[in-house]
Amino acid sequence: MTGIGLSHILVVSIALFFIGVYGFLTRRNMIMMLMSIELILNSVNLNFIAFNKYLWANKMDGLFFTIFIIAIAAAEAAVAIAIIINLYRSHKSIDVEDASDLKF
Amino acid sequence: MTQFLFYFLSFVAVSAGLMVITAKNPVHSVLYLIIAFFAIAGHYILLNAQFLAIVHIIVYAGAIMVLFLSVIMLLNLNKDNEPAKSNVLKLAAVVAAGLLLVTFSGTLKGTESIIASQPFDDQIGYVKALGKVLFNDFLLPFEVSALLLLSAIIGAVVLVKHDLK
Repeated sequence: MTGIGLSHILVVSIALFFIGVYGFLTRRNMIMMLMSIELILNSVNLNFIAFNKYLWANKMDGLFFTIFIIAIAAAEAAVAIAIIINLYRSHKSIDVEDASDLKF
Repeated sequence: MTQFLFYFLSFVAVSAGLMVITAKNPVHSVLYLIIAFFAIAGHYILLNAQFLAIVHIIVYAGAIMVLFLSVIMLLNLNKDNEPAKSNVLKLAAVVAAGLLLVTFSGTLKGTESIIASQPFDDQIGYVKALGKVLFNDFLLPFEVSALLLLSAIIGAVVLVKHDLK
């Protein structure tokens, strides 16, 4: 990694985070929103690994944080998809604008 | 060579990410997201985290994306029937996400001079070194995450089964 500084990787991860936030705010399909969240989580993972490599190259704390984030992302995706299937059963749609029963 | 690889992977990751949120068809979005995940896994390899790159591909591209794809097929969403959001909301999203981008870019000040200059053990990203630390120093978080995955499985089954008595 000669010539590649920490800021280069941080720019990539910021761009991914920005794309994820924009997708989360503009899409109405619940699965697309979940995919945007995955993109955000991945940008955070990239940050952890980059900081681990550039600042504490002999430690592994960043790598373990990333492993646990991946495990939690898998659990979150499973539960979120169960909720989406339930929502589709009751509303016949997974558009977030249709799920307005709790709105008064 | 690594420099070229870095720029290539960054370009692929960011453009695939853009395609994910602009594609109308959810199936195309999932496929672009898989491309983005592979590019990010390439970044992990460049950053000396080889085991994590493999885990990332297996878990994300292999498990989570297959789950997404199967649900999209199950709910019959593989057509372009998503109505577009209003332009006001799109503008608001651009402003909100853009402000976040500006703020985070501001925090980059001072990191330009940091380069990978420290000596490091090149075996650190492999499963042998990781496993030794994972089962000694990180044993409690490891067990807790195992419990979390179990509860997620049970929770998903309970949520989806509707005639549970």
